[in-house]
Amino acid sequence: MRRLRSQKWWMFGHKDERQTPIVPNGNISSTALIFVIAIMTFLACLTLGAVTVVRDSASSWQLQIAREATIQIRPDEELDMEAALDKVQVAASGFSGVRDARIVDKEATARLLEPWLGAGLDIDALPVPRLVIITIDPASPPDFAAMRAAIKLAVPQAVLEDHRNWVDRLVTMARTTVYFGIVVLSLVLVATALAIIFATRGAMSGNGHIIEVLHFVGAEGKFIANEFSRRFFMTGVKGALAGGLAALALFIAVGVWSAANRSTPEADQAAALFGNFAIGWAGYTGVLAIVILVALLTAETTRLTVLRHLKGLDRSNPE
Amino acid sequence: MIRFENVGLRYGMGPEILKDVSFHVRPKSFQFLTGPSGAGKTTLLRLLFLALKPTRGLITAFGKDISTITNAELPFLRRRVGVVFQDFRLLDHLTTYENVALPLRVRGKEEASYRKDVVELLKWVGLGDRIHVLPPVLSGGEKQRAAIARALIDQPEILLADEPTGNVDPPLARRLLRLFMELNRSGTSVVIATHDLTLMDQIDARRMILNGGRLEIHD
Repeated sequence: MRRLRSQKWWMFGHKDERQTPIVPNGNISSTALIFVIAIMTFLACLTLGAVTVVRDSASSWQLQIAREATIQIRPDEELDMEAALDKVQVAASGFSGVRDARIVDKEATARLLEPWLGAGLDIDALPVPRLVIITIDPASPPDFAAMRAAIKLAVPQAVLEDHRNWVDRLVTMARTTVYFGIVVLSLVLVATALAIIFATRGAMSGNGHIIEVLHFVGAEGKFIANEFSRRFFMTGVKGALAGGLAALALFIAVGVWSAANRSTPEADQAAALFGNFAIGWAGYTGVLAIVILVALLTAETTRLTVLRHLKGLDRSNPE
Repeated sequence: MIRFENVGLRYGMGPEILKDVSFHVRPKSFQFLTGPSGAGKTTLLRLLFLALKPTRGLITAFGKDISTITNAELPFLRRRVGVVFQDFRLLDHLTTYENVALPLRVRGKEEASYRKDVVELLKWVGLGDRIHVLPPVLSGGEKQRAAIARALIDQPEILLADEPTGNVDPPLARRLLRLFMELNRSGTSVVIATHDLTLMDQIDARRMILNGGRLEIHD
């Protein structure tokens, strides 16, 4: 096929681009290199996607909990519970940063206790604490200390729980998870870089005779390095694209699966942990960055390998 | 053109392969480099081609002391020297035409500007009908001629040939010798490394004989 193409440009006087490339297109080692690059890129993208999902989930948990606070009113014989609930609701609503203060009514309270006390519960017959749920603006949260004091003043039996301890622990856990993910991602990226460097050098070792011939017919080192790095850049692009696209396909497939099975217990479990399992624009940009980085790394490794080989050829000291 | 003064060379801590070698390859000259196998002919050619550094002594190429030449200058100096390797070193994925045109291609010349010259040269070395053939299909003699054509395509000032008749039969060896002589008449200095006495006996040319690392010159 190449022979025919070669004859064709000869006969019709086509331009230089139709000449056979100085560095041959592909052999077994370059096919193996494409596979190595694809697999390592896939793993790196997968790790990046996992870190993105964990980070997004952690901040989403944090946001959900930081958005709510609870006022609990303990029952007391001398306390008119309904009046106390109204007082607390009014007192809480007056603070800036409070979007809504909602009384958990008797039916809802009974439903909350249903797993322990059974159905058909008469709330009035039991000394059950009652709740007021406060929805908070996470961008400008209210002054909890002042709110706590105001609520205590309005109803001494009322206690404000702003979930601060829980949120702080969650933030620490989320940050630790993300830091751990970043460390794992860094290790995977370093392993990817090393695997690509060694695989590229292995593939290059079969081309030593081409470097030598070009060198001895008077090609400049820069020319030889460019010829090889251009060819291997394309190898890198092919492998990295294959790995990156495979990782994206996996993310999309898992996303579609979790959307389609949203009502099943397994999907509920996964959604509770990972939200909607979408890597978002940050994830897609990261995958693109990894693909570009891997292709550039392949080209640069090739360039340096060629230059090192040439250094050995240039007026070398006899060994 | 290329001058050696008291050049010595040893590999690592081994014995000296070349000892106090001094000679001058003059412009438009023709010489044979000969000696028994392992005498250091190929090593001397590598020194002439600036692929090795001498352990001691002075080598001057085209008026420049090679110890002062930077690596960036070397390709430009090498372009003034054509080399025919003993093992041809043709690239198997390129056609005969592309192999011969390679020195011009790496210099960044447009294919259209050298196409005619390459075809003429291929006809001159008797490969006019093998232009589009890949090297694995060529015979030993054809490969040899393709390698010679590649060395000559950019009209070097000096041609170095390592055992150019080692893989060919006597009639083809005579034909190749005539080719080298014709080239020399057109102004190129020629250095042929060979141990083929029959070949050397065919013309009256300077003989540089390497023996035991020392060089004897018979003008």
